[in-house]
Amino acid sequence: MASERMTGAEIVMKALADLGVDVVFGYPGGAVLPIYDALFKQNHIRHILVRQEGGAVHAAEGYARSTGKIGVVLVTSGPGATNAVTGLTDALMDSVPIVCLTGQVPTHLIGNDAFQECDTTGITRPCTKHNYLVKDVQDLGRVLHEAFYVAGSGRPGPVVVDLPKDVQFAEGDYEAPRSAVHKTYKPRVKGDRGSIEKAVELLSGAKKPIIYAGGGVINAGDKGSQLLTQLVRMTGYPCTLTLMGLGAFPASDDQFLGMLGMHGTYEANMAMHGCDVMLCVGARFDDRVTGRLDAFAPGAKKIHIDIDPSSINKNVRVDVPIVGDVAYVLEDLIKLWKSSQSGVDGKALDTWWEQIAAWRAVKSLDFKQSDTVIKPQHAIRRLYEATKGRETYITTEVGQHQMWAAQHFPFDEPKHWMTSGGLGTMGYGLPAAVGVQLAHPDALVVDIAGEASTMMNIQELSTAMQYRAKIKVFILNNQYMGMVRQWQELLHGGRYSETYSEALPDFVKLAEAFGAVGLRAEKPDQLDNVIAEMIATDNAVIADICVDPAENCFPMIPSGAAHNDMLLGPEDENESSVSKDGMVLV
Amino acid sequence: MENLDSERHTIAVLVDNEPGVLARVIGLFSGRGYNIESLTVSTVSEDKTMSRITIVTLGTPMIIEQIKAQLDRLVPVSDVHDLTDEGPHIEREVALIKLLAKGPERRESLRIADIFRARVADTTVSSFVFMVTGTQKKIDAFTELMRSLGEVEVARSGVVAIARGSEVL
Repeated sequence: MASERMTGAEIVMKALADLGVDVVFGYPGGAVLPIYDALFKQNHIRHILVRQEGGAVHAAEGYARSTGKIGVVLVTSGPGATNAVTGLTDALMDSVPIVCLTGQVPTHLIGNDAFQECDTTGITRPCTKHNYLVKDVQDLGRVLHEAFYVAGSGRPGPVVVDLPKDVQFAEGDYEAPRSAVHKTYKPRVKGDRGSIEKAVELLSGAKKPIIYAGGGVINAGDKGSQLLTQLVRMTGYPCTLTLMGLGAFPASDDQFLGMLGMHGTYEANMAMHGCDVMLCVGARFDDRVTGRLDAFAPGAKKIHIDIDPSSINKNVRVDVPIVGDVAYVLEDLIKLWKSSQSGVDGKALDTWWEQIAAWRAVKSLDFKQSDTVIKPQHAIRRLYEATKGRETYITTEVGQHQMWAAQHFPFDEPKHWMTSGGLGTMGYGLPAAVGVQLAHPDALVVDIAGEASTMMNIQELSTAMQYRAKIKVFILNNQYMGMVRQWQELLHGGRYSETYSEALPDFVKLAEAFGAVGLRAEKPDQLDNVIAEMIATDNAVIADICVDPAENCFPMIPSGAAHNDMLLGPEDENESSVSKDGMVLV
Repeated sequence: MENLDSERHTIAVLVDNEPGVLARVIGLFSGRGYNIESLTVSTVSEDKTMSRITIVTLGTPMIIEQIKAQLDRLVPVSDVHDLTDEGPHIEREVALIKLLAKGPERRESLRIADIFRARVADTTVSSFVFMVTGTQKKIDAFTELMRSLGEVEVARSGVVAIARGSEVL
């Protein structure tokens, strides 16, 4: 293929088109004017104008996670880039593939404290998988293709490409590279055969096995979830998922124990604690999952499949590490299991399931429904019932509502649940919902939100209106930053320092001010009607669900405690249950 | 986490010689709270496209393993070698030590320099600059002796290291 001569800005547009990009989330400014001019002159790529750059990255994350494609962001220099930092860090923590193009002052002004200059590559170095400053237009095409390859391969993550304005104007040659081979970056996808053999041996000899899977399964593509499901059903072993992994295995399956971790189910955490063989698939033993490390699954042989070697033996020492892409490794593991005629210890497994049934009988997610006030868990369950049979995507903000959504809204398919897990970014859900809705215009997209989080990126409702993204913001309004208040109750003597949501807007009027529809439910008997109306409305909606302000999120492993040391409900709650060591943990 | 004693490891990191690569490595250490005892870097390939960073670090075996995995994860890093783990290797350092001394101290400093095979790289009537190479311990010892003779200024290169034997990275 012959190379073509064009300006840097045109190269950007051409490369994005060649890379199959159809949507870019962005915000213009002085240092990206040439790119916006090139954007104006083409019609392959749709630009979504957000209201703040942070919203652009979250929208791109929602787009990426609900499609499996790479989310693309375009922002200007200085404040454009710094506003994007939270989203980039969020994408890094949750392994979301993002390419963020940032404008930069012209190369001769770099380092001069020019207007809207910041050290973008310096600032984003620790919060990206990789970043580039392109100083020569001749490098631009190659760098853009490389950026997409790095963002999407291996353990996915955000990549920043910083583009000085003079490079955007300069003329250079563009040629789409033929291969994506990188000189130094070579992620390993195929697992080591010997280790997989060892894993099969351990698994087939297990008496109390558990399969603990996470977001890596979803990042491995649809095949990852299919293979995980196949493995779980083939072995008859119990399966639990992390917050990021929800949907990787069908929640409606009897072998699913629910989410594990701090607000996971009793049966999932007790099974993790009591298991003798643990297969961790694409999860990273996060502190929210493990609880107290020295009491984590003390009797278990642990097998860990992860594409990122640095995730292995980081928090928890494992017996059989397998570096590779979940889909590749599971495929080999299943083949090997079948060919080696590995059986399971049926008798031991029956006993194990009996034990699990006893833990399940505790019904740790139960709550007391009330006739006078809407319980937040009830609201989510009713929402789920009303959305059954529809193509529904859920995003969330961060806090109690997020945990209740994870507990009470079951997912049978991957890529339908978008939440900020690692970074815990309040304000993620609304812009993410916009990104999801633009990728799936006909689907129902609901942001399960809290009133405090909603206020963090409310401006993006305007973006939703501009592009007719009919997102539904389902606010569980308890007038508190509920999760923080819950911790204050548990750890700080109930002194609710600054956690009351003072001076809240009228969310119904707020929705109307944006041109959206505002609905409110104050009593349990109004709930179903409001949900039905929200779903039926052919417009963006804010549904203000006034829920019990005092409700707390249970079950809970208090910080610094072990899996078998859960608080099951308010009657368990007392200050003495948290150790001094636990107090310092977040 | 296992509470094992810290070990000292010397790690050679081969990197693509692109801008910001050293900042990435240093940022990784500070960001994740790892120790750097010494760090040296220089271009090593004939075409100047690759650099070699030698890092001396302290940590428990689990942390050392993490450090290597985290280094290897950086996009421009091509190879990570734990020289301490991989077998016998040589570690050397260069130091330039300026000593202000007169009279018998000045003569004594030359005798000690001779014992340590240090060379005089610069001189005035009231000062010497000695250049000494060797292991960290040797340079520590030499520096201490010089301190006892007068006011000193020390510049040290940090450790460079290479495996013994005929294998080439």
